[in-house]
Amino acid sequence: MTKPRKATYWVLAIFVLGSLFPFYWSFLVASRDNGMLTERVPPFLPGGNFFANAARVFDTVPFWKALGNSLLVSGTVTLTTVLFSSLAGFAFAKLRFRGRDGLFVFIVVTLAVPTQLGIIPLFIAMSELGWAGGLQAVIVPNLVTAFGVFWMRQYTVDALPYELIEAARMDGCSMIRIFWNVCLPAVRPAAAILAMFTFMTSWNDFLWPLVVLDAGNPTVQVALEKLQSGYYVDYSLVLAGTTLATIPILIVFVLLGRQIVAGIMQGAVKG
Amino acid sequence: MTVIDNAVRAGERVSPRLTFRQRLSRWDVKVSPYLYIAPFFILFGLVGLFPLLYTAYVSLFKWEAGDDHPDFIGIDNYKELFADGQFWNAVGNTVSIFLLSSIPQIIIAVLLAALLGGRLRGATGWRIGILLPYAAGLVAIGIIFANLFGPKYGLVNGLLQTTGLDPVDWQASRFGSHVAIAIMVNWRWTGYNALIVLAAMQAIPRELHEAALIDGAGTWRRFTSVTLPLLKPTLIFVIITSTIGGLQIFTEPKLFDAMPGSNNGGSTNQFQTVTLYLYQSAFENYDLGYASAIAWVLFVLIVLIALGNFFLTGRIAGVKRK
Repeated sequence: MTKPRKATYWVLAIFVLGSLFPFYWSFLVASRDNGMLTERVPPFLPGGNFFANAARVFDTVPFWKALGNSLLVSGTVTLTTVLFSSLAGFAFAKLRFRGRDGLFVFIVVTLAVPTQLGIIPLFIAMSELGWAGGLQAVIVPNLVTAFGVFWMRQYTVDALPYELIEAARMDGCSMIRIFWNVCLPAVRPAAAILAMFTFMTSWNDFLWPLVVLDAGNPTVQVALEKLQSGYYVDYSLVLAGTTLATIPILIVFVLLGRQIVAGIMQGAVKG
Repeated sequence: MTVIDNAVRAGERVSPRLTFRQRLSRWDVKVSPYLYIAPFFILFGLVGLFPLLYTAYVSLFKWEAGDDHPDFIGIDNYKELFADGQFWNAVGNTVSIFLLSSIPQIIIAVLLAALLGGRLRGATGWRIGILLPYAAGLVAIGIIFANLFGPKYGLVNGLLQTTGLDPVDWQASRFGSHVAIAIMVNWRWTGYNALIVLAAMQAIPRELHEAALIDGAGTWRRFTSVTLPLLKPTLIFVIITSTIGGLQIFTEPKLFDAMPGSNNGGSTNQFQTVTLYLYQSAFENYDLGYASAIAWVLFVLIVLIALGNFFLTGRIAGVKRK
């Protein structure tokens, strides 16, 4: 490993600026009015209209409701995915039962099945159940994922010594108490990473919510799409919406960035 | 696990008449694993496997949305699909956008990873910086890029004109729209892939580099002869995951349309992808049978590529094991 040259920093700085630019541009347009877009040389400093444009977003689509819905959907999905994945990961990593290896291979194979391709029967089923338009239609299909089970199993194998389980059993612990009091604390770092990924994926999900939800009860992504689709696109309005939708996730990212980076790199080595 | 099993078996031998508590405990050991893995299998059965099979079933019918008595038409949907110019156009667009996005993306990701691998000041800060696009909402990004690439007032065309070049109609031209959508995809995923490659690079034993250095290999030579070959499995992983994602691309082309809300993928379907066509067939034309046929053909395409991955990885695994 040689010491990096100055040029390395310049190249990286250009990439980071490139990463940031679309966010900045979105805020720039959102803080001015549509007239800005017709100017030959666009201004590079934000104007003062952001709050006015943001207020119009709340008038045009039910944005508070969308934020609440997204939070509820992503929060629920994250909780159940982490819980069920940890449970299954514990069973696959540390418990012995008939068919274990075969079932685990099956889970790995399902990773390759893109669930979006089942949207038509799923849509029919949701309509039959009367769930179409309701949040449960977005929550229920995502309660647990193959990736989550796989991830937690890989981590639990190394993180949880058999001696601990044995000691707990000697003390008369039931399996579920061993999971709760011994396994969960040991796998907490992996569970936290899984929680972040699940939350981000769920928050950004678009195709299925677009199919199954209606405009009156949207998630943030669906509300944004509705802002944009019309004969005349008011970009200050639309980009005020995208800015509002991006702020919460950017805050999370800045706070937890270090762990997210570590999680991606850890997953890469294990996978 | 053997410990628990042996303990249970030992218990059996010592006292054949078990107390209620002991029986409860044995039952707990036996049944718990199945209870713990059950949520995944039940859910996968309901929202993964069943829909996939049912999609195959629906694809054999003339099935309008809300239809109570769909007509069984056998493989007619597939016959129609294979003769459908719009479908093959969508396949071509999907592959074109995929190639334009994944090839530069992977090359840049490897180079970025090489830059990030040195002893940088503030290494984590740089890593977070290049990963930022990954955090952004896909819909927000689609809208922002549609605006940047706008034909009349878009910033990209403005820049082209100030440098004396001709503006490009990014939405109307086939190639232009593919490039714009690919840039959107690359912007989002390059940093993410760079981190995955970086992790693999850091797992390469340092002695290999030192040995090459002693043999007189320069930076570039060490990169091509030591780093790249050892990265192969990771690169294949990255290529295949981006293939599966790329073949299903939906949000970007949907939001790129000059007629927002449209599912045409441009006035002449110049950037309509397979998933966008699937969505249009099902939820705009309400032809669920036809859309299901599209879903199955797409599924088979993805499986073929996943199998290709499997064999490639198998061949390269020999290199990995030392």
